[in-house]
Amino acid sequence: MNIIVCIKQVPDTTTKVRVGKDGKHIDPGGVKFIVNTYDDFAVEEAIRLKERFGGEVTVISMGPERVKEALRMCLAMGADKAIQLWDPAFEDSDPYTTALILSKAIQQLPYDIIFCGKQAIDRDTMSVPVYLAELLGLPQATLVVKLEVDPNARKFIAYRDIEGAKEVIEGLLPAVISTQWKLNEPRYPTLPNIMKAKKKELKELNAAALGLDSAQVGEKGSRVKVLSMELPPPRSKGKILKGDPREVCRELVRLLREEAKVI
Amino acid sequence: MDFDLTEDQKLIQQTVREFVQKEVAPYAAYYDEREEFPEEIFRKLALINFFGIIFPEEWGGVGADYVTYALAMEELAAADGSVALSALAHISLCSNHIYLAGNEEQKRKYLVPLIQGELLGAWGLTEPNSGSDAKSLRTTAVLDGSEWVLNGSKMFTTQGTVCDVVVVMAITDKTKGHHGISAFLVERGTPGFSSVKLRNKLGMRGSDTAELIFENCRIPKENLLGQEGQGFIDSLRVLEGGRIGISALAVGIGRAALEESIKYSKQRVQFGRPIADFQAIQWMLADSEVELEAARMLTLRAAYLKDRGLPIKKEASMAKLYSSRACVHAVDRAVQIHGGYGYMGEYPVSRYYRDAKLCEIGEGTSEIHRMVIAHQLLKE
Repeated sequence: MNIIVCIKQVPDTTTKVRVGKDGKHIDPGGVKFIVNTYDDFAVEEAIRLKERFGGEVTVISMGPERVKEALRMCLAMGADKAIQLWDPAFEDSDPYTTALILSKAIQQLPYDIIFCGKQAIDRDTMSVPVYLAELLGLPQATLVVKLEVDPNARKFIAYRDIEGAKEVIEGLLPAVISTQWKLNEPRYPTLPNIMKAKKKELKELNAAALGLDSAQVGEKGSRVKVLSMELPPPRSKGKILKGDPREVCRELVRLLREEAKVI
Repeated sequence: MDFDLTEDQKLIQQTVREFVQKEVAPYAAYYDEREEFPEEIFRKLALINFFGIIFPEEWGGVGADYVTYALAMEELAAADGSVALSALAHISLCSNHIYLAGNEEQKRKYLVPLIQGELLGAWGLTEPNSGSDAKSLRTTAVLDGSEWVLNGSKMFTTQGTVCDVVVVMAITDKTKGHHGISAFLVERGTPGFSSVKLRNKLGMRGSDTAELIFENCRIPKENLLGQEGQGFIDSLRVLEGGRIGISALAVGIGRAALEESIKYSKQRVQFGRPIADFQAIQWMLADSEVELEAARMLTLRAAYLKDRGLPIKKEASMAKLYSSRACVHAVDRAVQIHGGYGYMGEYPVSRYYRDAKLCEIGEGTSEIHRMVIAHQLLKE
């Protein structure tokens, strides 16, 4: 099977995020980057399919020089090849243009199945896998917690958790699958595989190589523009009501209604 | 001058950090309390091939360098000092001695499974009456037909009761001093070989420390490791690499203590503000940071020189001496910052405090390392 995994490099969850000077971006200074948590499940599922049915796993990521480190981590987990998509014109791409860029790269490759994490833990838009399936004209299953693949019948069965029940989807391959955290337990890269990852192919493709012109990508091609970015307001100090329980209760209800406006 | 780590070094450091923080650190207190050797943790470390870092791929190793080894050892020690010490004895002492001095057959039989974590290794030089003064060794090995017969005992052997194989130094020719000592491979279960677990250590309680006893213990002739009479000379090479390991281990424990101190001092409120606001606390944090960073530099530099095949006798001793002191300082400050809570064992700093002292004693005491350093200075 030819398996493709799209990954994103995101700030580590333990990093203290600051807004950059322009008020539109995260300040990258001092930020530690990791492979998006949900993408780990995608990479793991891809490697498991390869181990079962044979084939090749190609990991793709759009992003600047630093994403090479994330791609190497996936190679160390067991992926075979990696492709970095970058061009200065890609800067400030929204989920749609990101999916467009990814789709152009994928169209140059043979593929039977495409995995994405269900969402990136930085922007949380959950939309790239959906756009990607549309742009490639493929069936899709999102937030998948269990997956069965039959490469001979070219079919998949995907299980999704929905409120109070489980939804089972059957579809044809090739398809786009977005992965949810229950799907598997991602492996740790072994130390020898980290050393070997360096010898695996890591290709770079720019806008021209993907047949894209700069008007289609980046901020120009985007349907969504970031106007400003700010941190949530710091939590104000809690109020402690003291005194007679009856009085306190009355006061609490009044505050909830008039000040907090939640009831 | 380049202080940057390579991509491989960074990825291994990051992977080991994530792995040990999740799979090792949460169990450290459990094994410490029970004075139990964490076999399961060892099996887990084998999954990522931790024991193979410094060995070439042809023996199933990772093929990484000593800088990587030092980085990985710091991470492991920051999670659990006892496990790091056990891993150190397994890798730097037992496996590395076999790698440096063993023949093909011995490497196939012992080194490969040691690297895979299928066998657990120990290494015995120290005796009840012979510590830094290795010349006073008393254990003997006499060739009798096709077998060596070992008699004597070894002291403070890490992994002594849980190991599958131990490298033992014994006298084969009394008249030749250092050149009359040879190394032997003894398997667990060999008649005449027994061991006793030594309990109630100050720290490093999750590691197994034992006295080994050899009473007419007969091993096959081919279990001589390296050349006859070269055992002690080989030991010196083995110990040199081991010093980088213990130095990194000290940095790791110290770093964990500093990280806990930073966390606690931001949370603990006295006189209406976090104690981190007080200069008295800030100075302690700053001193620990500077000393640990200096210790890390000395450690990585010794590792860097070793990777280039340059002499590290003085540098390895300097790293070990300084790092173990920096570690002891850092854990002392950490308990002080935690106050009563630090003394009570509710926070991990009391374990760090007990574990740290080993670093100034094991693998050559601080005094011995000062002698080594001075000797190098004066002979130049």
